[in-house]
Amino acid sequence: MAKLEIDGVTKSFNTARAGRVEALSTVSFTVGEGEFITLLGPSGCGKSTLLRIIAGLEEPSSGEVRLDGRPITGPGPERGMVFQSYTLFPWLTVRQNIEFGLELKGLPRSERRAVADRYLNLIGLSAFENALPKNLSGGMKQRVAIARALANDPEVLLMDEPFGALDAQTRAVMQEVLLGAWEESRKTILFVTHDVEEAIFLADRVLVMTARPGKIKAVIEVRLPRPRPFSLKTAPEFLRLKEEALALIREETLKAVQMG
Amino acid sequence: MLNPKLFAPKEDIPRGLYTALGLACFLTILLIWSLLTYTGLVAPMFLPRPDQALKAGLSLLQGGSLTTDTALSVFRVSAGFFLAAALGVPLGILMGTLKVFEGLFEPVIGFIRYLPASAFIPLFILWLGLGEIEKIAVIFFGTFFQLTLMVMDATKNTPMELIEVSYTLGASRRDVFFKVILPYALPGIVDTLRITFGWAWTYLVVAEIVGATSGLGFMIMQSSRFLRPERIIVGILVIGLLGMITDALFKLIYRLSFPWLGKEGR
Ligand SMILES: Nc1ncnc2c1ncn2[C@@H]1O[C@H](COP(=O)(O)OP(=O)(O)OP(=O)(O)O)[C@@H](O)[C@H]1O
Ligand SMILES: [Mg+2]
Repeated sequence: MAKLEIDGVTKSFNTARAGRVEALSTVSFTVGEGEFITLLGPSGCGKSTLLRIIAGLEEPSSGEVRLDGRPITGPGPERGMVFQSYTLFPWLTVRQNIEFGLELKGLPRSERRAVADRYLNLIGLSAFENALPKNLSGGMKQRVAIARALANDPEVLLMDEPFGALDAQTRAVMQEVLLGAWEESRKTILFVTHDVEEAIFLADRVLVMTARPGKIKAVIEVRLPRPRPFSLKTAPEFLRLKEEALALIREETLKAVQMG
Repeated sequence: MLNPKLFAPKEDIPRGLYTALGLACFLTILLIWSLLTYTGLVAPMFLPRPDQALKAGLSLLQGGSLTTDTALSVFRVSAGFFLAAALGVPLGILMGTLKVFEGLFEPVIGFIRYLPASAFIPLFILWLGLGEIEKIAVIFFGTFFQLTLMVMDATKNTPMELIEVSYTLGASRRDVFFKVILPYALPGIVDTLRITFGWAWTYLVVAEIVGATSGLGFMIMQSSRFLRPERIIVGILVIGLLGMITDALFKLIYRLSFPWLGKEGR
């Protein structure tokens, strides 16, 4: 059975200005246990909306999302989320931020510390464990947000353009860090991006979305070997996939731009 | 040559210069006061000379009445304010957290806060008599409603994303309230208390106009009746000084309690 089933999900928003805005037309797909899926789509096509529906933060207008066959009715710790913007608790240190979910679970202090130590090490911020978010750069903040989500050990990790605000170099390094963490934990990941290269480099499958109202336009299977070194990005097979995805996404971006 | 950075928007200036500027402003006011009075431009019965005010202050201090008046006024202001805070802070937090309570109370409070506290004095006297309770009620009435609305706003400022991320980390509604909304809103609440405590002082004189036999406000009114402008000045200066001290205390608490706030306040 699939880990996650998105079954005929649609979403419209009622707005005062523009009336009814259709964000998602029917979206259906399934995600297997331990699969790394990337969602690729032009800006405004409903990627965040879809992720928020899966997280349980937004209700679909129709359709259903199921985790292990059970319908989702609200947010829960089994579906961790990393937001597009940095959402650290500003009054907590880096370590306290990472331990936030563990503390809610009532994990004893020593265990919390051990888990946090592991993820601090993974994201390379052990030296900053007692720093406050205001003293971190954007890239560091996002690393902490990822560590906080991973430390909570969710079954599914939802990531909404987590590297969107980072420069190209930091972004590349973060992709490798994330792949490293995933290869170790084999969590089910749904990763939203509008960067074609990022989508292919990370994924087992890339779901390409149409312009708003978003639906799945095409699925690209990425059968590249793992672990994936950075150099893979220039391999012929990678470039072929990239070209395919670029052509698909270009069509939709043109539509999105014309739509305004 | 002036440092051009001094006039760059929001740019920091040296700490010493900052203090010096404030001091210079006070001294300028003192200078203008002296110029107006010592030259005889304004008669002492309208504006007394600084030395007359100083002498009046010293004699009131020696007579002991300034100390008791001040103590009593501090008590009234604090009692009225603490009562307003004790009720207004929880209510404001509740209204800022749950729309049900906002919908219930916001319209009424929004209406009452425009009613002048001074206009209620006759009613308060009718209901509460001329004792301490009535004075405290005036100060309470003057601050409670504004305070509640400001605490509500500070609470509402909590970014929805922080609340949402905590849900995805397993927080219950209770957790969201105690572990996200409260810590985030606390600095804003403390700042609200600082500002409204200042307003409580401004209601003091109003509260002590009628039916009081002591207090700084009473002393000011009494001095006006007996044409003792130098005593009025003393009363005003004491109130200003007390306000400044409490303001500085609140700011200190703020700075020490919330080291996580950035340079821009958040
Ligand atoms: N709460 C809301 N109320 C009204 N309209 C909304 C709301 N949330 C999203 N929308 C609309 O739904 C559409 C999809 O938004 P969404 O944020 O999901 O897009 P996105 O694919 O994540 O875009 P981006 O790549 O820019 O982040 C947009 O047209 C947006 O204006
Ligand atoms: Mg988005």
